[in-house]
Amino acid sequence: MWGSRMALRRLQKIAVAPLSVKEGITSKIQREMSTLQRVYVTRQIPPEGLRILKESGQVQFELWDSDDVPVSRAELLKKVKGVDGLLCVLTEKIDAELLDAAGPNLKVLSTMSVGFDHLSLDELKKRGIRVGYTPEVLTDAVAELTVALLLATSRRLIEATHEAKTGGWGTWRTLWLCGHELANSTVGILGLGRIGVAIAERLAPFKVKKFIYTDVAPRPELARAINAEYVSFDELAKQSDFLAVCCALTPETKEICNKELFSKMKNTSIFINTSRGGVVNQEDLYEALSTGQIAGAGLDVTVPEPLPTNHPLFTLKNCVILPHIASASYTTRNAMSALAANNLLLGLRGEPMIKELKL
Amino acid sequence: MKAVRKLMKVFITRRIPPEGMKILAAAEGCEVSQWDSDEPVPRSELLKGVEGAHGLLCLLSDKIDKEVLDAAGPNLKVISTMSVGFDHLVHSEIKKRGIRVGYTPDVLTDATAELTVALLLATSRRLPEGVEEVKSGGWSSWKPLWLCGYGLSGSTVGIVGLGRIGMAIAQRLLPFGVKRLLYSGRTAKTYAAEVNGEFVPLDTLASESDFIVVSCSLTPETQGMCDKAFFRKMKKTSIFINSSRGAVVNQEDLYEALSSGQIAAAGLDVTTPEPLPTNHPLLTLKNCVVLPHIGSATYSTRGIMSALAAQNLLGGLQGSDMPSELSL
Repeated sequence: MWGSRMALRRLQKIAVAPLSVKEGITSKIQREMSTLQRVYVTRQIPPEGLRILKESGQVQFELWDSDDVPVSRAELLKKVKGVDGLLCVLTEKIDAELLDAAGPNLKVLSTMSVGFDHLSLDELKKRGIRVGYTPEVLTDAVAELTVALLLATSRRLIEATHEAKTGGWGTWRTLWLCGHELANSTVGILGLGRIGVAIAERLAPFKVKKFIYTDVAPRPELARAINAEYVSFDELAKQSDFLAVCCALTPETKEICNKELFSKMKNTSIFINTSRGGVVNQEDLYEALSTGQIAGAGLDVTVPEPLPTNHPLFTLKNCVILPHIASASYTTRNAMSALAANNLLLGLRGEPMIKELKL
Repeated sequence: MKAVRKLMKVFITRRIPPEGMKILAAAEGCEVSQWDSDEPVPRSELLKGVEGAHGLLCLLSDKIDKEVLDAAGPNLKVISTMSVGFDHLVHSEIKKRGIRVGYTPDVLTDATAELTVALLLATSRRLPEGVEEVKSGGWSSWKPLWLCGYGLSGSTVGIVGLGRIGMAIAQRLLPFGVKRLLYSGRTAKTYAAEVNGEFVPLDTLASESDFIVVSCSLTPETQGMCDKAFFRKMKKTSIFINSSRGAVVNQEDLYEALSSGQIAAAGLDVTTPEPLPTNHPLLTLKNCVVLPHIGSATYSTRGIMSALAAQNLLGGLQGSDMPSELSL
């Protein structure tokens, strides 16, 4: 069976029990603990990170002990009072309200994600709070899932598994469930960073003819690694058989994938987004898919998350939606957890973090 | 006296993509009859349609055995199948009658390798489960360990049968960070060096691989090769993928292995039978992804296969070279 239940149980056995500031603690331990820095961890992060925090002997931490359910806003605002460090995941909005609630002790925020659109960077900078994040350790898993999603969309895997289960599968037929292949295609990347390059590296042996990209400016070193040509946004739309969105969500990229983009794309093209839902105008995407303006779309990120089950995009056979699982491999999530924990501890010691976000 | 041109009778067992039909229509001296449907030709119609035929263009769902060949009679010179697999053709009977055979290797290698990798990734990263959760309201928020899968990065991949398709699969998997590439088969291949392939016994492949991809042809030797003994050697965290032929796998043993946690998950593009009945136990497992044999299903590839099958047929009818002849 899937390792998740087994793995989770195994992992939970070695997971760390949080240090508790409850009764029964001797005054000696209380004195020792009062010199430890206080940390709040907003989710039951994978065991590697928790182990690192405990074994550091540097912090006492409280934990929202659920893997499933995010901490409520009210609980979060209560628990951050007076903490020196905060380790969060992408479901927590770190804004002025929260930072005010935390108070002046807060020196370090460590997020277990590469995206940071949930952080109010201005507010953090203003208060001199250092920020750690988790780029690079998740690049492989995200690139892998993006390619998985692209192929599932272009080769119609979800439609196909459904037909196999529901009796739509007759015998072998010559044009049934045909898709569009990568061989001889042009792949376009919107936002060429680490993840964009990793995606292109994985697509290359499928005999892609050409890689093109657009970005705020050319990225010659990254582009050289994958032999990609810098083009305008318009050209990216017109030339791409497969378009993968890999940019960060910023005020400039918000809803940049809208009817203007889709109307310029080929009607045989496939659109893939594993960056942030906010980069796409979902109504425009629905229009484009339902009218055949583009052939198909695969999304790992939406607005909101979760996407309500009655959303029109679910009615489309040519739209594949995943629940934001791009970095969801056991090794990767543990590596992110460990990195987030280490970033936090290093920041609290006033040392350079492994991965610090420049504010 | 006018010379009477002898017409070659051709029977096509299905509606095929237009690229192939165009070629046959343009050929002189061909009288083409066809089961003009997307659905398979009924047996009785097939036996009737082949009577007196010089050439037969068929699909992998048509069993070409003694009965069909007898019904066709002595005119039959060429069988052209629109597939690379030929386990549906009874070799001994065909060879005995001196009938030439055309098939469609190479042109479908890219599409099939692509689909196999798509299937592997969908299985290892749990895409169908993810889609189901999203549609049914199982997605509540981002969670650190929910729907985690096994990544290719740092893994050992084992390919059973490093032929054209096996090699193409290996090439596509390498950039995902595969650490070791093992393969098994009757003999070592020199071209395996291109993918740093290590030739190992099947047992070793079974026990050391994180991902196993079956890519061999179906023969008496490979029939039922992936059975209880095979699955027992595999790692609990391993992923099993078959896009070759269903009969290479013992499906009851696979069901046992999947449901008892002996292996993590499986992806199949081929089954026994095809279609797999909708009440088959494998279809009840969350960790089993079943596709309805769509390995070569891209518009461009099916069109090329159609054209190649037509050209093979004409070559056989004219007694000249076929672009892709199968030596029996």
